[in-house]
Amino acid sequence: AEALEALLVEQGLLTSADVDAVIARFAERVGPLNGARVVARAWCDDAFRARLLADATETVGELGIKGGPGGEMEKLVVVENSDAVHNVVVCTLCSCYPWALLGLPPRWYKDPAYRSRIVREPRKVLTEFGLDVAADREIRVWDSSAEVRYLVLPQRPTGTSDMDEPELTALIEREAMIGVAEVKAP
Amino acid sequence: MSDPISVLGSGPARAHVPLENGEVVFEAPWEARVFGLAHALCDAGLFQWEDVREALIAEIGRWDATHGGQPESAPAYHYFERFQCALEALLAARGMTARSALEARARSLAARPHGHDH
Repeated sequence: AEALEALLVEQGLLTSADVDAVIARFAERVGPLNGARVVARAWCDDAFRARLLADATETVGELGIKGGPGGEMEKLVVVENSDAVHNVVVCTLCSCYPWALLGLPPRWYKDPAYRSRIVREPRKVLTEFGLDVAADREIRVWDSSAEVRYLVLPQRPTGTSDMDEPELTALIEREAMIGVAEVKAP
Repeated sequence: MSDPISVLGSGPARAHVPLENGEVVFEAPWEARVFGLAHALCDAGLFQWEDVREALIAEIGRWDATHGGQPESAPAYHYFERFQCALEALLAARGMTARSALEARARSLAARPHGHDH
């Protein structure tokens, strides 16, 4: 990486400060907080939830989420978990991921084993993550691409009916929005 | 194949771990540099992120085709090594940075005395 950067700088294609700026941008916005805000709002506001499921790209803009740390805003689709369906997201070809909502993907998301096995044997792989999906629930695996990025809307845990939106936001972890975990009540 | 490491990658055992929020996404500074380089080149208008993505798919596809069938004997998979190879291939294809120049530069950097940048 050092040799590559030195050559590109010498050729005047970019400066090291440009690279520093990109890294800083991702470092500041690297977390899954935006995704958690979207999920918590959807739990608290049925009309928002309906709009989110109909047109997620447009609807997350209501929370001021305009694009990822790279400035891009891919088409976003939100898939909702229910008692009948559990959703899980992968990018089988590389590492496509909803940056604007979840930051950069964790290492396991980019691993060849996850990319191939979650498609072939999702129930087993989810068990390895510590998530046992009931046999009567269908598991849907969504393959991210350049065109579409997916976010899972997890089920609101029971026992949280007296919690407000900021409190709920704090409960929602990245793994639940990829679909390899569920949100747990505190 | 019941070993969770097979899902979570090589490296230390992280059995049944949904990893924590706020996990460090770059394991070494060079990973952040190469990732930052790709974005900076896009910001500069030299290519689109889609070009990077296609180069990455091609590079990862080559790795999967070579090693994907034998996960036990495959070398450890490092995403950012694939990322760097993909970026180098893209730059070479666009005539921006020849591999020969890159290799020569890497050799001269490697030949510096130890501790030069500390």
